[in-house]
Amino acid sequence: MNTPAKPQLIVIGNGMVGHHLVEQLVEQGATERYAVTVFGEERHLAYDRVHLSEYFSGRDAASLALSTSAYYAEHGIELRLHEAVTAIDRDKGEVVTPQGRYAYDRLVLATGSYPFVPPIPGNEREGCLVYRTLEDLDAIREAAKTAATGVVVGGGLLGLEAANALRGLNLDTAVVEFAPRLMPMQVDSEGGELLREKIEALGVQVLTGRATQEIVDGEASRHRMVFQDDKVLETDLIVFSAGIRPRDELARGCGLEIGERGGVVIDDNCLTSDPAILAVGEVALWNNSIFGLVAPGYQMAKAAASTLLEGGTTFAGADMSTKLKLMGVDVGSIGDAHGDRTPGARQYRFLDPLKQQYRKLVVSSDGKRVVGAMLVGDNSVYDTLLQYYANRIELPEDPAALILPAGGEAAPALGPDALPETATICSCHNVTKGDVCASIDAGAVDLGAVKGATKASTGCGGCAALLKNLVDHELESRGVEVDKSICEHFPHTRQELYDIVRVEGIKTFSELVNKHGHGLGCDICKPAVASILASCFNEPITDAAHIPLQDTNDTFMANMQKNGTYSVVPRVPGGEITPDKLVVLGQVAQKYQLYTKVTGGQRIDLFGARLEDLPAIWGELIEAGFETGHAYGKSLRTVKSCVGSTWCRYGVQDSVGMAIQLEHRYKGLRAPHKIKFGVSGCTRECAEAQSKDIGVIATENGWNLYVCGNGGMRPRHAELFATDLDDEQLYRIIDRFLMFYIRTADRLQRTSVWRENLEGGLDYLKQVILEDSLGIGEELDRQMQAVVDTYECEWANAISDPEKLKRFRSFVNDARPDPDIIYTTERGQLRPA
Amino acid sequence: MTLANAAAKTMTQTWQTLCSRADLVPFSGVAAWVETPQGPAQVALFYLPGQAQELYALDHHDPFSSANVIARGIVGDLKGQPVVASPIYKQHFRLEDGQCLEDESVALRTWKVSFKGDEVWIEA
Repeated sequence: MNTPAKPQLIVIGNGMVGHHLVEQLVEQGATERYAVTVFGEERHLAYDRVHLSEYFSGRDAASLALSTSAYYAEHGIELRLHEAVTAIDRDKGEVVTPQGRYAYDRLVLATGSYPFVPPIPGNEREGCLVYRTLEDLDAIREAAKTAATGVVVGGGLLGLEAANALRGLNLDTAVVEFAPRLMPMQVDSEGGELLREKIEALGVQVLTGRATQEIVDGEASRHRMVFQDDKVLETDLIVFSAGIRPRDELARGCGLEIGERGGVVIDDNCLTSDPAILAVGEVALWNNSIFGLVAPGYQMAKAAASTLLEGGTTFAGADMSTKLKLMGVDVGSIGDAHGDRTPGARQYRFLDPLKQQYRKLVVSSDGKRVVGAMLVGDNSVYDTLLQYYANRIELPEDPAALILPAGGEAAPALGPDALPETATICSCHNVTKGDVCASIDAGAVDLGAVKGATKASTGCGGCAALLKNLVDHELESRGVEVDKSICEHFPHTRQELYDIVRVEGIKTFSELVNKHGHGLGCDICKPAVASILASCFNEPITDAAHIPLQDTNDTFMANMQKNGTYSVVPRVPGGEITPDKLVVLGQVAQKYQLYTKVTGGQRIDLFGARLEDLPAIWGELIEAGFETGHAYGKSLRTVKSCVGSTWCRYGVQDSVGMAIQLEHRYKGLRAPHKIKFGVSGCTRECAEAQSKDIGVIATENGWNLYVCGNGGMRPRHAELFATDLDDEQLYRIIDRFLMFYIRTADRLQRTSVWRENLEGGLDYLKQVILEDSLGIGEELDRQMQAVVDTYECEWANAISDPEKLKRFRSFVNDARPDPDIIYTTERGQLRPA
Repeated sequence: MTLANAAAKTMTQTWQTLCSRADLVPFSGVAAWVETPQGPAQVALFYLPGQAQELYALDHHDPFSSANVIARGIVGDLKGQPVVASPIYKQHFRLEDGQCLEDESVALRTWKVSFKGDEVWIEA
């Protein structure tokens, strides 16, 4: 006899909460009991809407996806994407789509919300868009191609995210908010004013207290927005982000109970007025509230899955505390942040106009508990305040201490120890301190394992720092030493090895491994130690004692390509090259049949050089006055420059001259990773110096120095470090900065990542470098001067030494070139076949 | 691969001289041509002076990049086993038997190799 067919469970909606419901169904075993079908209106599988703006900064739809179709298939869940449910037929127990009718026994609405577009005449004009889905973002990107300006209507959380996205698309951006301040839900007038200043400083125009009356044809731009006082604003593109509304049309259509202002009414079990139908997420109205955050939605999903299995988990409301970084500006809101829902509440406020920080603490009338808090400009105390609030921890005698900078000291942070077991660490996945401890007791030995076991910090990621702190603390209290050794051959970090080499004057790898490590070493520690030795003593890397330590690029002083040949990059300081030298590069490339390409660092890269040809190529280059460019080394690469005051109408200093000075000063300096410089001759910044490790920008009075920028995979703007320096001051600060980086960074850590991990941040770095707070300034000066004084072109050194040249033979017993290197022709040059 | 190896063992292998000790680079590799019954092959020779086994010969060909570069990798040990790291995609190969530590389905060929005085001899 056949087993009876499983009851049909249909989920409408595949957003973040809809997907979380599926995960909960799987986790709680509902897939054993129900045949589950999921309908999603969008083409995409559920994706991370919280980080949607990253879609514009390089993340693609795939990397935003929360799951895979394989996951659904694996658990026997039918996933029907791009199929919108158009009606629910409760009499027949069916949902209707353009493709057909599907029977259900239980139904869950997870249809979410839609962006509210205010009923302004003209709101349907072309180029009036919303910001909610990947399709919306595609439309915005497309429209931005022909736009110069953009306006976001709505200055709330999503509005500011949208404004940041427009800014990222290089539009002149403005935000128009109806309320008298930005983020009216989260901040008060003082916080809002500070927020406005910060956002305006980023070049975004902020207009508050403005109601748009209509949108008509513009004169200079595509649209003209007319406000209540007849003032106007012209723009090419308008994004509406004026709040969300529940997508309750299916529920209305089938007669479910709907709240006065929309939303499907649910009880604590997430049941609607029809007990066969549940609702979760932003479509659901619980206790007359819509929850527009992901964490409460996840909690509803958990409760709904439990209800479907007759379990006991219910939804009991959710904390709406949030911590955000909007356009780089911290905003935090906890509990009753305005203090208007707590009778007799006391408010403490702290405003630092210089640092642009605002903190407000709302405490109960007896002064014992935190009932709310508001932060603008600095969220560093958010975690601590949230723990006081969420766990009802008794306040110290003077609650103000929690938000006051006490004599430069930070507020007393609540260590992980002070938290009760029930303290929520991750509100997205509702993980408590007890859950984290249990996972460690069950064998999780590091942060990654704890995340895997508990899912903590895999939602919005806001709890990452707290979780790491807790995990480190718990591991240490269990006697687990958190191992930071560089590799299995040394029980030391790179920084410790650097100190050992400096203090003991150790000059070879073998001495170091004999005294402080064991074994032969490996491809991790050998290049790292080679780099440390070079930073300290600057002996030629091709000396017999050092050559086995080097990566192939350093060994052969060229960059290995995928077919085993090398590319050659002679130094072109500051990107300035004489026609004669340019001719030589062309001649060498012709003679050795090298593919030629101009690099991003204003040099010329010659590809396809055979190992055995490298010495001859360099013989000719050195003859013509070239030096090695260290394109192969973890060392100074290039100093990119614009043409500066010698030619440019706008230049205020000789940027090329300075670039050449800097390049000659630091060429050959080996570091934990490569180092790039840029020098711009005026504030137009044509050399893109702010994307470099060291950026120098000319001013009327000298030079501004920026540090720790990066391009590449994770771009980071360099930070302003010192202003209006003369040449000598500039060299001195860069000397100390670079030597401190070399001394303290991890292996293969660029200055940008080093800076982000540096305890104390930019302020600390300024104290060490500019104020010499550690008293090591002169030592760093001496160390840098020693490197500068011992510079020698590595290629010139190698080609004058027959022993070293032996290393460049293709085969030790035959002069035949490698016959497997085969080329084809493309666009008039050779390339690997 | 397996078939070719089996075939090779049935053919006559002979010891031949490759190069001298001075051609080697201590704690690093060099490349050489060797004549095998299947034709000429490129081998990577690694020299670890003072170790229990001082000389190793493996394929110079890197199966992951299809470039002939293994001799230019960094030599070291992992958990006491001598290895070379491919200079292109950094996989580790055990010097003893050519086994790739990141992918158990991949191994480099190895040859017997030893010093006779200051000459390096290989069986191929």
